[in-house]
Amino acid sequence: MRKVYHKIIQIAGNVITVEAENIINGELAEVTSSRGTSLAQVIRLQGQKVFLQVFAGSRGVSTGDEVRFLGKPMQVSSSEDLLGRVFNGAGNPRDNRPSIKENMIEIGGPSVNPAKRIIPRRMIRTGIPMIDIFNSLVESQKLPIFSVAGEPYNKLLARIAMQAEVDVIILGGMGLKHDDYLFFRNTLDEQGSLSRSIMFVHTAADPVVECLLVPDMALAVAESYALNNKRVLVLLSDMTNFSDALKEIAITMEQIPSNRGYPGDLYSQLASRYEKAVDFEGAGSITILAVTTMPGDDVTHPIPDNTGYITEGQFYLRRGRIEPFGSLSRLKQLVNDKTRKDHRVIMDTMIRLYADYRETREKQSMGFKMSSWDDKLLKYGLLFEKRMMDLSVNIPLEEGLNLGWKTLAECFDKTETGVKTDIIKEFWPEKQ
Amino acid sequence: MPEKNIGKIAGINGNMLTVGFETSVTQNEVAYALLGDLRLKSEVIRVRGQFADLQVYEDTRGLKVGDSVEFTNELLSIELGPGLLAQVYDGLQNPLNKLAEKSGFFLKRGLYMEALDYEKHWAFKPAVKKGDKVCAGDKLGSVPEGIFEHLIMLPFGFKGIWEVTDISYEGNYKISQTIAKVKNELGEERTVSMVQKWPVKIPITAYKEKLIPEKPLITQQRIIDTFFPVSRGGTFCTPGPFGAGKTVLQHALSRYAEADVVVVAACGERAGEVVEILREFPHLEDPKTGRTLMERSVIICNTSSMPVAAREASVYTAITITEYYRQMGLDCLLLADSTSRWAQALREMSGRLEEIPGEEAFPAYLESLIAGFYERAGLVKLNNGKTGSVTIGGAVSPAGGNFEEPVTQATLKVVGAFLGLSRDRANARRFPAIHPLDSWSHYASIVNEEMIETAREILRRGNEVNQMMKVIGEEGTHIDDFQIYMKSEFLDAVYLQQNTFDKVDGATNEERQKYVFGKIVKFLNTKFPFNNKDEARRLFNEMRQLFIDWNYTAWNSNSFKEIESSIDSKVKERSTHA
Repeated sequence: MRKVYHKIIQIAGNVITVEAENIINGELAEVTSSRGTSLAQVIRLQGQKVFLQVFAGSRGVSTGDEVRFLGKPMQVSSSEDLLGRVFNGAGNPRDNRPSIKENMIEIGGPSVNPAKRIIPRRMIRTGIPMIDIFNSLVESQKLPIFSVAGEPYNKLLARIAMQAEVDVIILGGMGLKHDDYLFFRNTLDEQGSLSRSIMFVHTAADPVVECLLVPDMALAVAESYALNNKRVLVLLSDMTNFSDALKEIAITMEQIPSNRGYPGDLYSQLASRYEKAVDFEGAGSITILAVTTMPGDDVTHPIPDNTGYITEGQFYLRRGRIEPFGSLSRLKQLVNDKTRKDHRVIMDTMIRLYADYRETREKQSMGFKMSSWDDKLLKYGLLFEKRMMDLSVNIPLEEGLNLGWKTLAECFDKTETGVKTDIIKEFWPEKQ
Repeated sequence: MPEKNIGKIAGINGNMLTVGFETSVTQNEVAYALLGDLRLKSEVIRVRGQFADLQVYEDTRGLKVGDSVEFTNELLSIELGPGLLAQVYDGLQNPLNKLAEKSGFFLKRGLYMEALDYEKHWAFKPAVKKGDKVCAGDKLGSVPEGIFEHLIMLPFGFKGIWEVTDISYEGNYKISQTIAKVKNELGEERTVSMVQKWPVKIPITAYKEKLIPEKPLITQQRIIDTFFPVSRGGTFCTPGPFGAGKTVLQHALSRYAEADVVVVAACGERAGEVVEILREFPHLEDPKTGRTLMERSVIICNTSSMPVAAREASVYTAITITEYYRQMGLDCLLLADSTSRWAQALREMSGRLEEIPGEEAFPAYLESLIAGFYERAGLVKLNNGKTGSVTIGGAVSPAGGNFEEPVTQATLKVVGAFLGLSRDRANARRFPAIHPLDSWSHYASIVNEEMIETAREILRRGNEVNQMMKVIGEEGTHIDDFQIYMKSEFLDAVYLQQNTFDKVDGATNEERQKYVFGKIVKFLNTKFPFNNKDEARRLFNEMRQLFIDWNYTAWNSNSFKEIESSIDSKVKERSTHA
């Protein structure tokens, strides 16, 4: 039986301090207070002093409460029985069904050896032209959706998840509104995908610290499934809440903040989660789609900024549309040369012309006379927005490419597009 | 053998240990924290009274207060010898492929392996005889390593002049075998093998003098070689916000730069990007040598999810290997992506040490460390009179894409060329997104200054006209101004932009650059009589089309010549017309 400590010498924020001996860095403890029992994790050792972050929060914890160390780090079950289940941020069932204690694995495990990774090569088709044509999603990619509060990012996330061909979907919800949690659950249910889904949901009403564990648990489970030849899609929403929880703990621990109060290791913290996305040689894969809401729609804010440097591109969701500028899939080059010969050409040309259209729009709004070229661009821009950018459009890639050529031919002459001559010869639709 | 110097852990904060010790410790010495059978490598970074602060190169989970720490009294060092080329190492020079064989998919902590193959035999050929006098860095012999003659040198740490008292015959040896014995004036005798150790944070200075870098390092990227050149032995940085194409540019450089040896340090960046190099380089042919690109490359890979402290070590490991090959008279290029991650690792440690923070919480010594790192570049005259060079190219990832931040500013102070990547250019899909007006270089270009000035003037004025047009509109712009604007756009589209994913357009050799640029400048200097703007736009669109097609044809091929003649005739027809 392990020793029980009764003397809590400091309570600050959600971190409590006790004096104890032989404590392992990172181990768990149980804190029993009048409010009930909560898990806590050792986050710093200083001589006899042990600092613990209490998952349920320190509210109601008294200095005389019991702390019992468990001698093991945070673990999560990786059993097959997880499918179809919902858990909270502490790993306990949220669906009134029994908890699962089989095949326990540590969370936050080591990094994958880069030498064992393989170059991603499978495209994930979503039926959304702004993704499939312009920024193809690739299996094992990690990609955030940069958005602001009020945008339908969770809907987009759910839609991609439903259309993507994967074996297992794992949702990690952080600070999720209860409605959103129900939305995800109902969507998965309606599409008959609940039985291949696992949910770790921390809602906005739950204690902040539990939010920190969600991505680690979701990804640890994903990793064990991927090693068993499963293609796993992990959805994380919303990583901004996760980062804010990190900030809260860092400030409590009196760490020197680096940028707008966020800890100096924000980059490393985010990276160690996102880098779990992987395509294992000879086994399955993990693809991560995350939502990052940008405070004040500011992409230079530390959270989206650090995220952008880690992830393999990003989708900007603004006014209900995926923005063509700034949105980027870094891995698209790996797959979009194998789809159709004109894929890249359409991608580059249409975006370039759309950029020109935006400039023309600016000129137009300032009241300048439109040249004949401007008129062409104006026509093109509207068509592009209607046929490509609208999120309600749901067509396969090839159809999208044809539509692209059609749009170009409706608006421009051959030489105006800047496309290589041989491609023009092959794909330019002749006028009917 | 003195008794082991053992300390006891007194505190654990993230990857920092506070360790109480009894005798003495050395700043920056390596120590091992003992966790059961595991030995976790760490480095002393501060000493206060009877306590030393150590940064651990591993996850510290599982350690306890009171656990033992073993000090080694050795600075963090790496092994230098034949067999470094084509290797993939982590930041501490552990071979990742061998680690994978041993521990599978994941990087097991506390598992360290020899960097070089100690079983392999190398064909050694002596170059000195008994009685010869040598000093540090002098050639004792050589072994063939791929396409290079790998010099076996008197270890760089040997001070003064040494007399060769024994040297092995020509033959096959393992790297640990003694190949020479030497004696100095004091009578001290030492043995020399083919492998030597060198502390990574100390520059190798076994050369005669540092020279001014003058010869260009051809990168085959038009905007760099022509407009913002880099010299052999020079330094450059590529700061840019995410998505501006830093890594794609670095990859292009690692492929096409005409250096003998390329060391790629993937420092705190995405693992996926390294994988592309790891998997592709062994299959890509180096057009210069006909061998694979891997055979001239060393990859140091400490990606963002690997331990933070080793990230700091990785850039030093990389530069030390680069310097080592320079000592053989080779032109070496180090590409570090990204130095900002290294700076962030310093910041994390500084925070744990509770040092008084500088700007954006970076430590106050950031600038001097960055300067010290870039100063390890240079063109040097070796002891034998030959030259060797280390060129450093560092990617910088400024927070928020803002170049005013400390890492970018500290870097700009010490580099010879600044290739600033711009988000606007990237958004407009103009790659490489190096900004043609903001960037600069102190080095000499491959084409003459006058031509560049012409081109630059067009770009500058084109930009002005563009700004003006935004205010007064196209119809208010004079046709001559409009022509300049069209010319600047043309130059941008057909010369500054380059499709790195195309086999031909991705790499433009020196000769072709000179030739094409000459043609373009001639075109830019030609004034066309236009009646209206649509007419101008039409011509420039046609010309752009022709030149882009031209860029995609192989140098001096038939189609190259065909397109050239249609360009010539079109220019002739239009410039005399009307």
